[in-house]
This record gives sequence, structure tokens and C-alpha cells, in this order.
Amino acid sequence: MTTWSTGEPHVPSDRSTAAIDVQQLHKYFGSNEVLKGIDFHVGVGEVVCVIGPSGSGKSTLLRCVNMLETPTSGKIFVEGDEITDPDADVDKLRSRIGMVFQSFNLFPHMTVLRNLCIAQQRVKGRSKSESVEIARANLAKVGLSEKEDAYPAHLSGGQSQRVAIARALSMEPDMMLFDEPTSALDPELVGDVLQVMKDLASEGMTMMVVTHEMGFAREVGNKLVFMDGGVILEEGVPAEVLANPQHERTQGFLSKVL
Amino acid sequence: MALSKRKRAAYLRYAQYALIVLVVAVIAFAADWASLRDSFFKPDLVREQFPDILKTALKNTIIYTACGFVFGLLLGLVLALMRLSSIGPWRWLSTAIIELFRGLPALVVFLALGPGFSRAFPDYEIPGGGLGVATLALGLVGGAYMAETIRAGIQAVPKGQMEAARSLGMSHSRAMISIVIPQAFRIILPPLTNELILLTKDSSLIYILGLSLDEYDLTKWGREGMNSAANLTPIIVVGLCYLLITVPLSIVVRRMEAKSERAR
Ligand SMILES: Nc1ncnc2c1ncn2[C@@H]1O[C@H](COP(=O)(O)OP(=O)(O)OP(=O)(O)O)[C@@H](O)[C@H]1O
Ligand SMILES: [Mg+2]
Repeated sequence: MTTWSTGEPHVPSDRSTAAIDVQQLHKYFGSNEVLKGIDFHVGVGEVVCVIGPSGSGKSTLLRCVNMLETPTSGKIFVEGDEITDPDADVDKLRSRIGMVFQSFNLFPHMTVLRNLCIAQQRVKGRSKSESVEIARANLAKVGLSEKEDAYPAHLSGGQSQRVAIARALSMEPDMMLFDEPTSALDPELVGDVLQVMKDLASEGMTMMVVTHEMGFAREVGNKLVFMDGGVILEEGVPAEVLANPQHERTQGFLSKVL
Repeated sequence: MALSKRKRAAYLRYAQYALIVLVVAVIAFAADWASLRDSFFKPDLVREQFPDILKTALKNTIIYTACGFVFGLLLGLVLALMRLSSIGPWRWLSTAIIELFRGLPALVVFLALGPGFSRAFPDYEIPGGGLGVATLALGLVGGAYMAETIRAGIQAVPKGQMEAARSLGMSHSRAMISIVIPQAFRIILPPLTNELILLTKDSSLIYILGLSLDEYDLTKWGREGMNSAANLTPIIVVGLCYLLITVPLSIVVRRMEAKSERAR
């Protein structure tokens, strides 16, 4: 029996226990190589924050994880199941992965409650009463119970994003992907959304968060990943990376945003 | 000549009003009102039209148009989805159908499906008689137009809507049905209503089919009435009946456009 330990905080753990495992991921848009061989790992219950300059491929990486973008090559495993397998039931795997977009993408022709129920009923086959019950519980969680009959056009940005989080949670996903969830918000509305995300993290939700909120990354994140030019340049414990970046480009980026 | 811009515009406007008043006055004096009324609006001939024109002709026009529109809408939706398909042959087929029926005059389509069809296939007939042919012809013509409108509407729905739906685990077709198409139809309701107005008028082409009396649409009714009375009054009444359908539709369209303008 080998019983050695490296003492490192992020040893790639056994694949079957990883929530997200990305191996040698390449993505081209035409001849433009946007992801250049990404190896990436999110453990169950971990909160991984991804930072990096604009155009570095953060969104593309996130969108590959639930196959909104099709990788050019490489493999992605979600809880041990290969989502990049041509025979995989992508729709089914996706319903385990919640996603929150920068621009909310609420369904404007439906009330808030309907936004939260439609996929529960159409994808999970839940009854109306069951789905409404779950939807109400999640609305309460994000503090918007009184908005269930409102249409998205009548919500503020912060409220919209919290509804979008509640909508994703109503599918009872095992993990959540966030793509700059607060970047489209007025500064005074950012806090409410971050609070919801913090609560979620403290409940043990596995999260992968592309963000510019360094405070959130330091406080909530288990791991911080710095991307530039389609590669991961540096990763580590957030406080350490932020305080003491090793790579020159990380230093340059952080000196601009902090 | 130091007229300010605003003053000059005001004078120009008064001149236009004066011209309109002049033209109306000339027409009013020059016209022979008694003979005009006798040939266009004979009161007893007007009275004679009712209520049969409503019970038969107006009703038939509405039925032909409604059936053609519903068929056209379904056809247009299918053609639009084919146009947006990732499968080449679907796209080509739908482009061919759209170009064909958009390019042909509606009269030619009616001729081809009515007399043309029965001459080409004497042993068969299009089910539903006059209504069947009208539904098919109006549906093909309207569907070809509506396909392009629907396609534009689907493309006008932000891409994030489909992505959000897919990220919740919906299949592509489920997301289309529940999320994208309902939003697309909201966007294109005004142009679709315009198409309905155009089809209402195109339904008059059914006259070439040789209809029995209870199948008469408004135009056919008016022509027969005009011939038997040797007077234009029936046609005028028919024209008013068309306006009875189309003007409310126009008002609805204008309301919807104003509403979407405000929502922006
Ligand atoms: N659908 C697409 N088609 C073509 N090129 C794309 C597409 N999506 C992204 N790209 C390109 O891929 C590169 C990476 O984009 P991506 O959105 O992943 O960057 P990002 O790190 O999320 O940037 P930002 O911070 O601005 O959101 C960019 O150069 C972008 O132009
Ligand atoms: Mg991005």
C-alpha cells in the first residue's frame, strides 16, 4: 500500500469522484484556437473561480463543460460520465448542471413562477403541484417569493439574476456554472446576487464561477484559476494566488483589476 | 424675402389645405349626384343584398380566408423550420417551395389547382370542393410568404433563450416549441395580420372555380349581382363588406405596433 501524500491542496482526485474533469480540451472557432489544451478539475463540493483578461477563453471553457459549445478535441467528464462522448445523452447530463448567464436569459413571455416550472415539468416530468412547490422553495431561498407572478421585464437586474439562479436550482442540479453573473449589474445590486451564491457555496454546492469579483473568489473560492490566451497559466488557493501571483501575466492582470 | 423657415412651412401647409378644398369642391360641383347614386348606390338594391350577402358571401369569404390562413400558417412554420435546419436537402426543398409560390401570381395557383388539376388528373379531385381548393391555394401562397416572416421571427429571438433552455436540459425541439417559437410569434404578429388582410383579398380569386350559389364568396356574389341588376350597387356593398373585415384587422395591427414601440 502506498500511503504518501503530497500535501498539495489540489491533487487531481479519483476521476469517479470529480464533479467536472476536463482533459486536454481544445476548441477552435474556424482557424482561431481559443482553448489550447486545458486540463481542469473541480472536486465535489468545491468552488472554483476562473479569472483572466477578456477573450482569454473563460466563457468558452465554461460553455464546453455543458456542451453549449462542442469541443474540437479532448474529453470532459461530469461526475464520471463523459459528456463529450458522441453517444452520451447530453440533454440528460445537462440537467445535472445548472448554468447562470451574464445576461440572465429569463424567458420573457412567462411569469417568474412559470420560468422556474417549465423545465421541471417538460424535462423532469414533474407534476404541476410538485414543480410549483419546488419553485416556491427556491424563490424563497433567493428572497423573491413576492415576485412569483411578475414578468421578467418588471424585475431589476439583481432580481433577474436571482430568479435565474432559482430557475437553475429548481432542476436540482449537482453543480452550478456561473458566467460573470454580476457583470451586467449596477454596483449596488451585485451584493444580493453574491450573497445568494455564498449561501449556495456554504450548503456545499459544487460551483465553477467565471468572475471579476476578487473579493468573492478570496472569500468563497477553494481554488482560483487564471486563464490567458486559451491556457491555464496559474491555479491555487485564492488568497495565495491573489497575494502572491507567480506568473508575470497573472501579476500584470491582478495589478490592473485590484 | 426673409421668410423664416417656420413661416414658410406654415404657408406651404395652408396652400396644401386650400388645394384639397378646391379639388373636393370641383368634384362636388361637377359630379352628377343623382346619376351617381342611381348607378352606384341605389337604396332598394342595397336593401335587397341583405341579409343574404352576410349569411352566404361574407361568411364564405371569412371561411375560405381562415382555412387558407391556418393551413398557410402551419405550412409556413414547417417551411421556416426546414429553412433553419442543419440538413441541406430540407433547406433546398423549402427554399424551392417558397420561391415558387412567392413568385407565382395567386391567380395562377388557383388555376393550377382548380381547372388545371381536374384536367391533369380527371379521376381525382381535391377533397373539400371549392373550400378545399381555396384552402390549398391560399395556404400555399400565404405559407410561402409567412415562412420567411416566421424564419425572421425565430432568428430575432436572442440566442441566449435557446441556450438557457438547453442548459435546463430541454431538447432542441422542446426548446423550440416552449421557448423560441412563442416569442417569435409575438414578434411577428403584426406582419402575420397583414398577411391575413392580403389573403382576405386573394380569396376573391375563387371566382374562377365555378361555384354553386351557396359557395359564393363576396366578389363572386357582387359580380353576379351586378350582372343581373345591370347596376354597380352590389359591387359597392361587397367592397364595404371587405372593409368590414380588413379595417378592424388593420386597427389591430396598428395597436400591436404601437404597443411594441412603447415596450422598446
Ligand atoms: N461563437 C464564437 N464564434 C467565433 N469566435 C468566438 C465565439 N465565441 C467566442 N469566440 C472567440 O473566442 C475567444 C474567447 O472568447 P470567450 O468569450 O471565451 O472569452 P472570455 O474569456 O469569456 O472573455 P470575456 O471576459 O470578454 O467574457 C474570443 O477571441 C472570442 O472572439
Ligand atoms: Mg466571457
